[in-house]
Amino acid sequence: MSDFLMPSLGADMERGKLVEWLVKPGSEVKKGDVIAIVETHKGAFEVDIFEEGVISELCAGEGQEVPVGGVLARLMPSNSVPAIVPPPGPMAPTAVVKAPEVALAAPPSPGAPSASAKSPTVAQKVSSISPASRARAKVTPAAGRRAAELEIDPYTLKGTGIYGSVTIADVERASASQVSREASARPTRPGRGFDPLQMRQAIAAAMSRSKREIPHYYLTTTIDMGPSLSWLETFNTERPPDQRLLPATLFLKATALALREVPQFNGFWENGRFRPGSGIHIGWAVSLRGGGLIAPAVHDVDTMTLSELMSALRDLVARARGGGLRSSEMTNPSFTVTSLGERGADSVIGVIYPPQVATLGFGRIAVRPWVIDDKVTARPIVVSSLAADHRASDGHAGGLFLAAVDRLLQEPVKL
Amino acid sequence: MTKAEIRQLALDILSGIAPETDPSAIAGHEDIREALDIDSMDFLNFVIALHQRTEIEIPEADYPKLFTLDGVVAYLSQ
Repeated sequence: MSDFLMPSLGADMERGKLVEWLVKPGSEVKKGDVIAIVETHKGAFEVDIFEEGVISELCAGEGQEVPVGGVLARLMPSNSVPAIVPPPGPMAPTAVVKAPEVALAAPPSPGAPSASAKSPTVAQKVSSISPASRARAKVTPAAGRRAAELEIDPYTLKGTGIYGSVTIADVERASASQVSREASARPTRPGRGFDPLQMRQAIAAAMSRSKREIPHYYLTTTIDMGPSLSWLETFNTERPPDQRLLPATLFLKATALALREVPQFNGFWENGRFRPGSGIHIGWAVSLRGGGLIAPAVHDVDTMTLSELMSALRDLVARARGGGLRSSEMTNPSFTVTSLGERGADSVIGVIYPPQVATLGFGRIAVRPWVIDDKVTARPIVVSSLAADHRASDGHAGGLFLAAVDRLLQEPVKL
Repeated sequence: MTKAEIRQLALDILSGIAPETDPSAIAGHEDIREALDIDSMDFLNFVIALHQRTEIEIPEADYPKLFTLDGVVAYLSQ
């Protein structure tokens, strides 16, 4: 018997609202299954489970607010005869357990693969989710807000946006047709898009804590992107658009391999000491349309091919913006990367997301004068900037880390 | 596909990528990346969707021709 707890979806989360259960007592679950939808100030998340077994009891009712670490459900091994307890009403009491700020949703079972094992591809992960929950994952934040205003459940609509996401237009159309059919006595659910004001406050809280507690130090290195970009051009020429790579995938993979070499930047500062990350799970900063920022994790980046990484990034960015991020992507990033993209500024000096100990930023790739063999020549260059926690590391290690990122980007074929 | 259909297709895809905007308000010569604040991932999704819906090959080197709505219509109606 084990307890399934309300996960901490970031340092700034104190509680979450259980919006919907996708399992019931007696449901068999396996690692990676999405079992519930939880809403926080950053929007709605799919809560996935890290254990196998049978749900024996749902301890929180739909609509109930549960503190981080509070028991959501109880789980029994699948070979034992389950003693099934009926689900509670909305006012059922909840055990309050103090959980560490960043913890896995549930501890991995002894038989679970180690963090260094190859993670399933995105397609495999997606296919393990029921069609119902996959369909509900695709509502744009703007559509979610409009739907809440119009008291429409956007998750019942057919989406016409990219990846089949439900857009504002879909919501407006549904509203128009709903008005004509006024018989619908169906109770409405809360909107699941994020609230920009609450998101702002969440970012304010996390970043204030970072600047108050973390003694940051900063290092930058300018990197010649010539070899990486020519390799990318050749790679992309032979492929249809949906198999092409963006430079971001090279940044991410080079960062992951550099973290393997200099592991003291991959992990957490907790209770006055450094705790190494259990794998290289890199938070990827995604700016949200309408304001706000979220940095969900790509898991085990060091073990992925560039193509796998590109699919994972496309999937992650689409879900970050359209809804459907999973709790496992929010609980355990052990490092964060920000890439400003082709229209961004020259460089970004980051603010560390606590309790992580470092963050790496990449500016816009731009053609600039560069010296090779004593001759000035035009090259595409990028400024990489490390912000790191001086309690956990010193500048010397930071310099080694940036040098490793630079070296890895000079040999893209090995990434 | 007629030019009007191509334009409508592009607008439909863009309103899925930037749902809170009204792409039909963009002038034909405006840079859609700036007008709609879309990043390189969004732009790649735009190209993928155009390719899938029209089955026209779009090499990476031709991306700059697709930075405006007029450019998209001209490129895909060739």
